[in-house]
Amino acid sequence: MAITFKKVSYTYQPNTPFEYQALNEISTHIKDGSFTALIGHTGSGKSTFLQHLNALLKPSSGTVLIGDSAITRETSNKNLKPLRKKVGIVFQFPEKQLFADTVGKDIAFGPENFGSTPEEAHELAKKMIKLVGLSETLLDRSPFELSGGQMRRVAIAGVLAMQPEVLVLDEPTAGLDPSGRQEIMQLFTNLQQTQHFTIVLVTHQMEDVANYANHVIVMEHGKIVKEGNPRAVFANVEWLHDKQLDVPASTEFAFEMQKKGFRFDQLPLTEQELADDIAAMFEKRGLANE
Amino acid sequence: MNKLLFGRYIPQDSFVHHMDPRAKLVLSFLYVIVIFFANNWWIYLLMTLVAILSIWASKINFKLFVDGILPLVWIIAFTMLIQVFFGTGGHLYWQWGIFSITSLGILNAAYIFVRFTLIILISTLLTLSTSPIQISDAIESLLKPLAKIHFPVYEVALMLSIALRFVPTLMDETEAIMNAQRARGVDFGTGNIVNRIKKIIPILIPLFMSAFNRAEDLATAMEARGYQGGAGRTKYRLLKWGTRDTIATLIYLLMTMIVFALRFF
Ligand SMILES: Nc1ncnc2c1ncn2[C@@H]1O[C@H](COP(=O)(O)OP(=O)(O)OP(=O)(O)O)[C@@H](O)[C@H]1O
Ligand SMILES: [Mg+2]
Repeated sequence: MAITFKKVSYTYQPNTPFEYQALNEISTHIKDGSFTALIGHTGSGKSTFLQHLNALLKPSSGTVLIGDSAITRETSNKNLKPLRKKVGIVFQFPEKQLFADTVGKDIAFGPENFGSTPEEAHELAKKMIKLVGLSETLLDRSPFELSGGQMRRVAIAGVLAMQPEVLVLDEPTAGLDPSGRQEIMQLFTNLQQTQHFTIVLVTHQMEDVANYANHVIVMEHGKIVKEGNPRAVFANVEWLHDKQLDVPASTEFAFEMQKKGFRFDQLPLTEQELADDIAAMFEKRGLANE
Repeated sequence: MNKLLFGRYIPQDSFVHHMDPRAKLVLSFLYVIVIFFANNWWIYLLMTLVAILSIWASKINFKLFVDGILPLVWIIAFTMLIQVFFGTGGHLYWQWGIFSITSLGILNAAYIFVRFTLIILISTLLTLSTSPIQISDAIESLLKPLAKIHFPVYEVALMLSIALRFVPTLMDETEAIMNAQRARGVDFGTGNIVNRIKKIIPILIPLFMSAFNRAEDLATAMEARGYQGGAGRTKYRLLKWGTRDTIATLIYLLMTMIVFALRFF
């Protein structure tokens, strides 16, 4: 499902001394089936942007087109449920939303709200807990007895169980161990590639952006300051540093090499590309030395 | 939750903001007590003038005070209606069973309206111009004499300031949890009463969990930094009585005296 922003502005607490404009005339298009990464300095408005993706927030001005429903300031709060089923959001630190007495019931909560029977919901819970890499035996445990990483996975399973078409992820891997992080990210790409999910990911991990995203949006002070594929966005390392943003470690490495006089046709994004480039350089030199 | 202004501090550089919080607290209490002695329009006029003067001296936009009253309009209206229909005495205009409309009833309703409004104005002024931490400092300082009878003044003040400190945090947290559950298909504000109560559970449990976790973290952090209770601790923020406080006190005392004069003589 595609989502389009047309000149969307959002102001928190309008007409009070705490008024703050968090989004400023944002226009962009999130393609059906794409993997979009949203990056930006802290406070740049990423989470605010995300909450517009399923009408948790409505624009102060402008329009958000979610599939073919248009959300504006006037949209009534009723009848948003079908829309929320289609767009699942995994919030920052989603383990905070767990509440049920068993893991199984917590995962089944979403589907039941959207009209599944308890049996269907339980089946979904079984399926999803395996999908996020946990054992089925956990279904009868209390979610509060789990480790932080396990809780995170249960919360993600709870959103996946809603069977959304768009999956929105706000720093889903923050605080996970490296292998857990890779597993979770792998799960999301699989969903995108095999089941045609549309994914929107907020992250500070530029490696994840380079490895998984095919579209990148850079935000600053509530505005989109750059947009394009990862290669285009990461091409200008200095500009990103200027915005206090990182680039993938491999890109940074190549950038430093460039300063020392090495030449790259284009900056590599991943370790694999970097290794290939360096190998190619050695090969060339080797030939030249002979 | 964004609209909730009551209890929010608005920093400013004004006469009222620079007053000693103890003075503000005591004078606000005095004002509220005195207003219950009001029984004629001259007194209400005088007290309204004092309220307006105080608000003016705080340099806070008057609109904010109006916003503070609006959420309470229904309570005020309800109390007024009860007065109008059940009040007795004076000229009788209309009667039906136990309901009656009388001239005194209407007059009392009008008094109640003014009284309510003035009380809200003054307490809003206190909370808008005084940060929570100042208020709890003031309470601690005012309760200090009770330490003589082994009342745990310091502990109570600490509890109070921790509680006040976490109100905004818990409000943000509630908002975040509600959003997360909304995203999982909960429709707050629809359904019958049983369903509505059921929907509170997915908010309350996470909220309690996080409040307990926070409390535990805070306790650990305090212990790790050698916290041992109130005895022997010095204060970072010192409360100081200044000329401003004396001036304000004099004005309020004068008001009190005039009110008593108008009422009893
Ligand atoms: N309820 C609110 N009231 C007022 N201002 C708010 C509110 N929520 C967020 N803001 C402000 O809006 C701005 C954008 O916030 P947002 O949460 O979208 O940032 P973010 O890009 O997600 O940051 P982070 O990377 O730290 O999560 C921030 O400056 C924040 O202070
Ligand atoms: Mg955020």
